[in-house]
Amino acid sequence: MTNQTKYETHEHDVLIIGAGGAGLRAAIEGLAAGARVAVVSKSLLGKAHTVMAEGGIAAAMANVDKADSWRTHFRDTMRGGKLLNNWRMAQLHAQEAPERVRELEQWGALFDRTSDGDILQRAFGGHTFKRLCHVGDRTGLEMIRTLQDRGVQMGFDVFMECTIIRLLTDGKRVVGAFGYWREQGRFVVLKAKAVVMATGGIGKAWRVTSNSWEYTGDGMALAYDAGAELLDMEFVQFHPTGMVWPPGVQGILVTEAVRGEGGILRNKEGQRFMEKYDPNRMELSTRDVVARSIYTEVREGRGSEHGGAYLDISHKPAEYVKQKLPSMYHQFKELADVDITKGPMEVGPTCHYMMGGIRVEAETAASSLPGLFAAGEAAAGLHGANRLGGNSLSDLLVFGRRAGLGAAAYADKAPAASINDGQIAEAERDMLAPFDRGEGENPYSVHRDLQETMQNLVGIFRVEEDMNKAMGELEKLKARAARGRVEGSRLFNPGWHLSRDLKSMLTVSEAVTRSAMARKESRGAHSRIDFPKLDEQVWGRQHNLITRDGDRMKLQQIPVDAIPGELNELLAEDK
Amino acid sequence: MADAILEVFRGTQEAGAAKQYTVPIAPGMVVLDALHYIQANLEPDLAVRWNCKAGKCGSCSAEVNGKPRLTCKTRMDALPTDKPITVYPMKSFPVIKDLVTDVSWNYRVNKKIPPFSPKPKTDWKMYQEDMDRVQEFRKCIECFLCQNVCHVVRDHHKKEEFGGPRFFVRVAALEMHPLDNVSRAKLLKDELGIGYCNITKCCTEVCPEEIKITDNAIIPLKERVVDEFYDPVMKLVRKIRGAPKAD
Repeated sequence: MTNQTKYETHEHDVLIIGAGGAGLRAAIEGLAAGARVAVVSKSLLGKAHTVMAEGGIAAAMANVDKADSWRTHFRDTMRGGKLLNNWRMAQLHAQEAPERVRELEQWGALFDRTSDGDILQRAFGGHTFKRLCHVGDRTGLEMIRTLQDRGVQMGFDVFMECTIIRLLTDGKRVVGAFGYWREQGRFVVLKAKAVVMATGGIGKAWRVTSNSWEYTGDGMALAYDAGAELLDMEFVQFHPTGMVWPPGVQGILVTEAVRGEGGILRNKEGQRFMEKYDPNRMELSTRDVVARSIYTEVREGRGSEHGGAYLDISHKPAEYVKQKLPSMYHQFKELADVDITKGPMEVGPTCHYMMGGIRVEAETAASSLPGLFAAGEAAAGLHGANRLGGNSLSDLLVFGRRAGLGAAAYADKAPAASINDGQIAEAERDMLAPFDRGEGENPYSVHRDLQETMQNLVGIFRVEEDMNKAMGELEKLKARAARGRVEGSRLFNPGWHLSRDLKSMLTVSEAVTRSAMARKESRGAHSRIDFPKLDEQVWGRQHNLITRDGDRMKLQQIPVDAIPGELNELLAEDK
Repeated sequence: MADAILEVFRGTQEAGAAKQYTVPIAPGMVVLDALHYIQANLEPDLAVRWNCKAGKCGSCSAEVNGKPRLTCKTRMDALPTDKPITVYPMKSFPVIKDLVTDVSWNYRVNKKIPPFSPKPKTDWKMYQEDMDRVQEFRKCIECFLCQNVCHVVRDHHKKEEFGGPRFFVRVAALEMHPLDNVSRAKLLKDELGIGYCNITKCCTEVCPEEIKITDNAIIPLKERVVDEFYDPVMKLVRKIRGAPKAD
């Protein structure tokens, strides 16, 4: 009678979904706490999106600027997030980030050094001091390799190329997950006392994005389906500088470190346009401001040849550029025929990061569902309305660790649970249905239309009319996706894989659009043409919260937590 | 716009054959773009691994016109168009399907390598000039092209007794870490079979990160093994002073 005889089944104390920085850091902490830990990843180990992070890890170590402290980092993060951040997360993050970086070093990471032999730190947008610990422009690779090696040595089980399609619940409690091996297409049951969602963001719902195929909002959608709350979903970060030419590379990230190292933005008239938008911080303004500035220049006819802006670092010595920005040098040389030591790059905004996500509790990373934890980009709270560059990698370390601790502690006390065979049977049926349809649409064409919809109607600048239209389009796309058909067998079949990822993207896109329509103001990454100002009285005091109500998506508002007195005073200070 | 013909391997380890596809060329297009075009428009079940599409994750390795390459960094306009562009899976690994191969051997080799173990009571001061050579090794994106092209693996199938260039690079990064305190010489000699390498530099040639694998990693490691196990003077020293440091 039980499905566990029918399916390959594994059992662990803590199951971590996602093997990027947050997932791996959670796994390490779970193991250190004595839990049996498994990590599931859609890709091979070490290929998660963290590997793409370039600029650095923000941590107030004060190796370069001695005046830096967690207080300033806290203030920068809160101000960058337009005070919509969870203040406690921002505080913990600023306080714990330096120790998390030192830990990486103790596990073998090799950061660039100061002349005194300490970890070198560079300037980045929105950070008052030089704060980003880095390795040239490949910091993410250093971080993921260090975490991966540490975890492997400590002995976690890794399930590579495995996609989770359903969280399993016993009552309200999360007790495991059901998924399939991408390779063979066989199903697998992963029982666990606690689950950590570390699945990253949703960039693949937009046409121009820096994100890889994995970024389909799986974790947010799975958590939502299981009954968890999603917070601040309107806040999608468009990184100011993605490649714009040639077409095949459009959206690929150009690290903010180019500006951190002194890069200058100009329009086609040669004007350094950031003087108009943020004369004090110029190119190192926050990402929301720089992205809107470039977009505005292009819209008003002052864009570069292929519809972007010019970003120039060629005034620095060629050797310096090659040493500090080696992968940018190669990326432009090989993919765009541009030598960045000699001339400017063409750059424009690209969908990059999701500030919103699963609502979690600051100390333990627990979601509103018992047994479910979340960390990294899949979770909401730390970054508020806009994330500062460098705060993502530190987020992964600080809250990955806390999620691992929280999950292990929960698992330690969790009573026995049972797996519901009905949930498994339903998920299996849904997953296999596209093979059985004689006719139906190719998931790639539905995906393409979803990307156009989100790109054109729920992009950098938003307006009621467009978003209404987007809601209509999303309904049609959902219907098309539900009638999708896939060809071929279950053996490593990307079309079939996409048909499932598409469902997650549609759920999350709807959450983004609903939240964006509700927030009738402009704050951080959320810019409304019809409501161009901050509205502190109403929207400065509330978050959008999304939950599932049967088959309907429910949107409500919840108040922003009051910031305690001493931290509030920090925010009031000048500088 | 002009079209290109791609000849892509379709099938499994047991059965398969190349199949031709016509793909329209766009400016700056790379081979991975062409494969994505086939997936989206012609055959949605074409199996390809990829992630970043920017040369940073090392997922999309294949053999393009017979050369091991990252398909995301191989420009279509750099390839001759008068004949089909061939795209085959990496030859040294078993095919799962189409261009996707079973690279799990690499993960098994990696597990054999003792991790970084810092010297006791270190103050964690390190200087850039001591780190430059190690950072070169840390650039490795694990595309496994070096493993694929190494003749010890590719032609002599010595997967059980040989670690391959990727893992010599990894060991070199650990051995040359300024604060590491473990010797991996015995591992290199006995388990990773560094002696099989006869420094033909095939690995260095295909490395997309331009790591000088042979010169900077393998040769210095071979020298360490010789110093520790074959040098008569060192042998005498060890006899007097006891065994080499723990491994």
